[in-house]
Amino acid sequence: MSPVTDATAVESKTVLGLRCRECGREFEVAPIYTCEWCFGPLEVAYDYDAIGRITSRERIAAGPASLWRYADLLPVASNPSVDLGTGFTPLVRADRLAAELGLGEVLIKNDTRNPTNSFKDRVVTIALSKALEFGFKVAACASTGNLANSVAAHAAHAGLRSYVFIPSNLEQGKVVTTSVYGGNVVAIEGNYDDVNRLCAELAGIYEWAFVNVNMRPFYAEGSKTLAFETAEQLGWQVPDHVVVPAASGSLLTKIQKGFQELHRVGLLDEEPNVRVSGAQALGCSPIATAFIEESDTIRPVKPDTIAKSLAIGNPADGYFALDAVRKSGGGFSSVTDGEIVEGMELLARTEGIFAETAGGVTIATLQKLAAAGVIRADERVVVYITGHGLKTIEAVAATSGPTATIAPNLDAFHAAFDIEDH
Amino acid sequence: MAVTVRIPTQLRSLSGDAAEVEVEAATVAEALKALEDKHPGFGERLFDEKGELRRFVNVFVADEDIRFMQGIDTALAAGTTVSIVPAVAGG
Repeated sequence: MSPVTDATAVESKTVLGLRCRECGREFEVAPIYTCEWCFGPLEVAYDYDAIGRITSRERIAAGPASLWRYADLLPVASNPSVDLGTGFTPLVRADRLAAELGLGEVLIKNDTRNPTNSFKDRVVTIALSKALEFGFKVAACASTGNLANSVAAHAAHAGLRSYVFIPSNLEQGKVVTTSVYGGNVVAIEGNYDDVNRLCAELAGIYEWAFVNVNMRPFYAEGSKTLAFETAEQLGWQVPDHVVVPAASGSLLTKIQKGFQELHRVGLLDEEPNVRVSGAQALGCSPIATAFIEESDTIRPVKPDTIAKSLAIGNPADGYFALDAVRKSGGGFSSVTDGEIVEGMELLARTEGIFAETAGGVTIATLQKLAAAGVIRADERVVVYITGHGLKTIEAVAATSGPTATIAPNLDAFHAAFDIEDH
Repeated sequence: MAVTVRIPTQLRSLSGDAAEVEVEAATVAEALKALEDKHPGFGERLFDEKGELRRFVNVFVADEDIRFMQGIDTALAAGTTVSIVPAVAGG
């Protein structure tokens, strides 16, 4: 039986279908991702009243300590079906970082604490659970690295074959932590946008579950759980301001949508008014550039940055991210490679959290927007740290090493360290 | 001159399921116009009411995004492949 035939049998009672974000045309639930009319991205459409009747704060609190506690708001019928324990990551008070930046209350959503150490586990657990519902036997993706890690791991856990496509210049840490799971890892001689284009064409030929191609409407919904967790961890309150890294723009868009959905289904008392700010690397900043130039056109770029997980020059959800930031009154900024490394070091030094280069982008942008007065000291700010520093160790290897290398005796130690306070 | 236009899955109902269509054209604009002439319906799917390429339609000439070249005025050599590709999410 072909995967597409199975699709019509899979209808959750809270999902109405798929809807084009661009022109509003509606489609049945199926492994499709673009509107066949205008090519706009398809998004899951829910019956929020039905969800509101089912869900409650108590029901969520009684659920598992993972993102599956929010299953009522996710487009998966049977859950958890492909689960490595993703989500419900710590929301950590960052008082020392806040003091350094002249801010009031800053919290770090530490999503390095996922099974493969990035937020991509959120989207993959949903995408591959849905892929099993559709009857797919092979998982695939186009990836800048983190998604590759996650798809390879979840596919192994689910017993699916996998093909992950990555740019050939990726960090060794991301290649090894993908290949170890035993699936097929295909390095492409090109950048992510080249990989992406090849995958869009392959998806038309092979009946595979490409998590960010034909599974994208379901995949993208996983990112909403970052907003759900943030609100629950704040005692069902929303922050005043969030800072989110942007590659395709999907994560930023879905975090904002997540806060709105919580209100729509009755889990938040008041309509959320969260300012959303976006972070990009200067070497790949098509969305930030459009924001700064007050343009409605996002011009694609050729990425050149150490923040490879954010190196998407042609951001598919860029327009929606731009719109979300503008309408919420947030800001958008971009930072240099030097500032990225400093951001990684600042977060590690002040809060004991080691983020990958994308986290350096986010912290450096937080710093920049705070200095510009866009992020204010009277705001409660949540910063999304989406990947672990061990994945991009090259970025800080030159500046992080032993303080001293000495012989194993007291004299050598005392010669190296003049410690007055015993 | 003859060029090949690659049709994405989503639009093959317009090309009688053909994955590739041969047209005579010297620019991308001419190629897409020739596609419409050969298989009516492509025009309104690829262009908005103002006549601009829809913002989620990506067009490549020999593996390069036309937005890095001269847009729909990009010149085509004989035998070039023009690909119409939908935008894909991040990873």
